[in-house]
Amino acid sequence: MLLQTIAFYAFSAILLASAFMVISARNPVHSVFFLILAFFNAAGLFVLLGAEFLAMILVIVYVGAVAVLFLFVVMMLDVDFAELKSGAQQYILVGGGVGIVLLLELIGSAMMWKFSPAATVAAAHPTPTGISNTEAIGRILYTDYIYYFQIAGLVLLVAMIGAIVLTLRHRPGVRRQDIGKQNARVASEAMALVDVKPGQGA
Amino acid sequence: MALLNWLQSLGLDYGWAWFIGQAAMILFFDVVLLVSIAFILLADRKIWAAVQLRRGPNVVGPLGLFQTFADLFKFMFKEVIIPSSANKVIFFLAPLVTATLAFAGWAVIPMAPGWVVADINVGILYLFAMSSLGVYGIIMAGWASNSKYPFLSALRAAAQMVSYEVSIGFVIITVLLFAGSLNLSAIVRAQETTSIFAFSGWNVFSILFPMLPIFFVSALAETNRPPFDLVEAESELVAGFFVEYSATQFMLFFLGEYVSIMLMCSLMTVLFLGGWLPPLNIAPFTMVPGIVWFLIKILFFFFMFAMVKAMVPRYRYDQLMRLGWKVFLPTSLLWVVVTAGYVLLFHHHA
Repeated sequence: MLLQTIAFYAFSAILLASAFMVISARNPVHSVFFLILAFFNAAGLFVLLGAEFLAMILVIVYVGAVAVLFLFVVMMLDVDFAELKSGAQQYILVGGGVGIVLLLELIGSAMMWKFSPAATVAAAHPTPTGISNTEAIGRILYTDYIYYFQIAGLVLLVAMIGAIVLTLRHRPGVRRQDIGKQNARVASEAMALVDVKPGQGA
Repeated sequence: MALLNWLQSLGLDYGWAWFIGQAAMILFFDVVLLVSIAFILLADRKIWAAVQLRRGPNVVGPLGLFQTFADLFKFMFKEVIIPSSANKVIFFLAPLVTATLAFAGWAVIPMAPGWVVADINVGILYLFAMSSLGVYGIIMAGWASNSKYPFLSALRAAAQMVSYEVSIGFVIITVLLFAGSLNLSAIVRAQETTSIFAFSGWNVFSILFPMLPIFFVSALAETNRPPFDLVEAESELVAGFFVEYSATQFMLFFLGEYVSIMLMCSLMTVLFLGGWLPPLNIAPFTMVPGIVWFLIKILFFFFMFAMVKAMVPRYRYDQLMRLGWKVFLPTSLLWVVVTAGYVLLFHHHA
């Protein structure tokens, strides 16, 4: 038990410290690295709770994919945060308004929160007796919430196609390798045997 | 276990005894792994040399057996050079991240029944997470070096590893659909059969057979091995992301690379070749301990890795991306659907 307590305080302390550093670090690349550290420690807390599936998914999705993209953008754009912050004053009203609306929405949904009967059974312990954590999530996700799950998938699909449509550009004049075309070439189409007479040229 | 009981008899409570026992086990395991990697490295160079009709390293010790140890001391006693414009903290962290993540993945690999450091429920997700984090070591090194070639190399590496992770992920999904578990020991046990031809139960001889080549090639790309070593590409990028590194830090990158190659080999063994299971269920084969079969299978895959390195020329970058996104991704995605249908219709697991 003592080990778990030590681990809990270590994870939480590092999580809070790195979350603070994300917004206070001077160098934006350092901010992203602190964000990654924060994700990691959150995953550690999930493991302590017994929710190992969520922990691993958090690492795979957020650290392994999302944060890599963040890092890419931040490294290549060379964002000057000091300049961005200097103009922040004029947006404080709009930003604050959005923040308050979000806060109210969160409070509203927290008040209305109801558990599905299947979830209430499972809530006593993240790993209900007899089945693993992954199976418990799967059972709820693919039975009670199957439509929401499908809708979420569709939203992602639309977003993905949208991103492709927005960025796909066929520039004329660019020579690309077409493997199918290359493989379909035969000697009779690609070559011509010319009988050159001496002294005349082709 | 014996260690655990002994520590408890000394008056430690269970938690601390467990902690010390685990730490000792991990330390022992890492030492064994490091020594094996030393010989694996030599084997890689020897195989490469044999394909090119050379002798390979043959000076240090009999048959050059101690070559890697000589290299180790050479790297350790060299001077550490840090570029003056480098970001020092991240520059130091990058090789540590690479080496640590490569070692961390080994925690869940079952060598033989019960021979595993951490037999966790989501073992395969953990491995996938660790291998997908490997890209950070490279990005950090490339960015922190503050130099052109390493940065270009880091961008290439990140794009390459993210692309091939997708198909690796789908291959893993097909296997776990088939096995019905995320635990690596359970995946091996799902491949056990009672028939004499024990190999017929292995995943590679089931409907999953096209997934092994895809996984193998993706593993080559994920570990930046030739023919997908565009990250290093001596002729264009000098040596890629570790141009600015020297001495022990360079060695850590080198070590991390080989440790993760062996990790990929053992993952293929567990997923497709039945881990510690013998190929035939008759007397001389079943008497050999599981760890021996496991090592033979790992070494087989490593031999393939080494042969590919010796024989195949380097891919061009657009060809690499085409292979990942236009060939492997659709094929593995299709195979997830095929396997799911097959499992639903014919293959009921408990």
